[in-house]
Amino acid sequence: MSKNSVNAIEVTDIKKSFGSVEALRGVSLYAKPGEVTAIVGDNGAGKSTLIKCISGVYTADEGSIHINGELVHFTTPEESRSFGIETVYQTLGLIEDLTIWQNLFLNREKLKGVGPFKILNKSAMREESAAMLKNLDVYIPSIKSRVRGLSGGQRQAVAICRAAGWGSRVVIMDEPTAALGVRETAKVEDLIKRMKDQGLAILLISHNFDQVLRLADQIWVMRQGNVMAGMRAKETSGDELVALITGAAAGRK
Amino acid sequence: MNQTSKTATSSAQAEEVAPSTLEKIRLASNDPFFWSNWIVVVAFILVVLVFGFIAPESYLTRYNLNNILVASSIPAIIAVGQTFAVTTAGIDLSVSSTMTLGAVVFGLAFTNGWPLWSCAIAGTIAGLICGVANGFIIAKRKISDFIVTLGMLSVAAGLALVFSDGRPRQIVSEPLAHMAIGEKGNIPYLMMIALVIVVAAHFFLFNTRFGTHILATGGDPDAARAMGVNIDLVKITVYAISGTLAGFAAMLTISRIGSAEPAANTSILLNSVAAVVLGGVSLFGGRGTIFGPFIATLLLQALTNGLTVVGVAAYYQYVSIGLVVILSAALVRTK
Repeated sequence: MSKNSVNAIEVTDIKKSFGSVEALRGVSLYAKPGEVTAIVGDNGAGKSTLIKCISGVYTADEGSIHINGELVHFTTPEESRSFGIETVYQTLGLIEDLTIWQNLFLNREKLKGVGPFKILNKSAMREESAAMLKNLDVYIPSIKSRVRGLSGGQRQAVAICRAAGWGSRVVIMDEPTAALGVRETAKVEDLIKRMKDQGLAILLISHNFDQVLRLADQIWVMRQGNVMAGMRAKETSGDELVALITGAAAGRK
Repeated sequence: MNQTSKTATSSAQAEEVAPSTLEKIRLASNDPFFWSNWIVVVAFILVVLVFGFIAPESYLTRYNLNNILVASSIPAIIAVGQTFAVTTAGIDLSVSSTMTLGAVVFGLAFTNGWPLWSCAIAGTIAGLICGVANGFIIAKRKISDFIVTLGMLSVAAGLALVFSDGRPRQIVSEPLAHMAIGEKGNIPYLMMIALVIVVAAHFFLFNTRFGTHILATGGDPDAARAMGVNIDLVKITVYAISGTLAGFAAMLTISRIGSAEPAANTSILLNSVAAVVLGGVSLFGGRGTIFGPFIATLLLQALTNGLTVVGVAAYYQYVSIGLVVILSAALVRTK
């Protein structure tokens, strides 16, 4: 039961409006460490707004966010990141003209030297980058290749490794396999499972119900800025999810 | 690609195998970077060989090669500054008039009896101020770099005329003259200064944290910002570097011509942009090299010098430099 005692993320009654549009109308949900928590819903249900509130891109108008039981109030992505929350966006946020190790260490560069004369410690960064990828069993021919030359799946893997490194506790993923082929999707799903096994809390947004049912432990269904239902993945089905998302079935909590 | 997928299937081979030298060269030659870096070296050697063949007794002399090195040193310094601006997907059109303003400020300080070193600092600071103003407006007001630096081109040129009252000032100085004509081991002092700046700039861009942030900002500003890179600071800094180098180069120009001229030397601007493009720096940002534009500067000077030596009228030299710029940009574009 100790695993269930503290939620990695717990949002309570979050509200967020943009002008007269109420994007979130009092959303409450949680995500546990060592689990994949999926958020599903139609376009405009408020999924993206919700994760942006958690990752600090937006600040919620009302309600509270607890990270590992601690009340937080993020106004910038950096604050959220300092609490171990990393986000992998649909646009991956990798710099194509930089190498893999440069991307993994962007704005977290390792330095050597004294005082103001600090220079990049390239060998240490290359070694650690290789270790970061290996830790999640990601194989990429050379850590020194530029991201431009990587396939979609390899890029996704690099972006995910970057999010999972750095002592993160929560990794938020927005449609991580939307642009990938079948084989690459399978690899990324394996990667997500390994991250889960390492005790990370994973918040997954996906339109792919099969994937959600395969990967997720807990599923939250959102519609029109509200949470319609929250249930264990093994207690539901694709049909029920569709019914909840479209509003054909009443919510259950 | 085939090889990648083959190896990727077995994750047992996850350890990185140290690539052989041959493999390294093969990997490097697949990188478009590699060719844009080396094509300029090849072109430089080719130009020297061609003119050396046409006019061996006048082109390939120690005196003439020395001339090329001296003539390259000031454009090389300006090209370094331009490289920083272009690496962030920007451009600094104000370099030539910033340099003019720096020269005028130097001259003003000199005629007021300031010591040489403080004249140099005054000129450099004038450049720094222009650069920071450029960068600040571009970063904070989100106005196109093209418009801002084009405006600064006019502002700095105008200020140079205002401060100097439109008159050149003679600068008679023993140490300056010595700097302009002196050399050590066949390398002119001016070229040595340029080399120091080139090496320092290379080190800054590729071996410091801030250098990586410059490349990241140029490559994808949104992604860089998402990772917490201060892209406003990066933009201000690159224009500050460009302005500072232009202000500093003013002193070298004064040493060569012996006076502070309020008239802008516009060919410096074209030369710097030409060198950056020829040198393999992407105009779309994110790909920088310092040595590329440096070699490209040598190439351009070797070309103009060669055309002069073989007796092509100076007017055609403008045409040829312009064509080389357009051609090389087209070449890079199709890569």
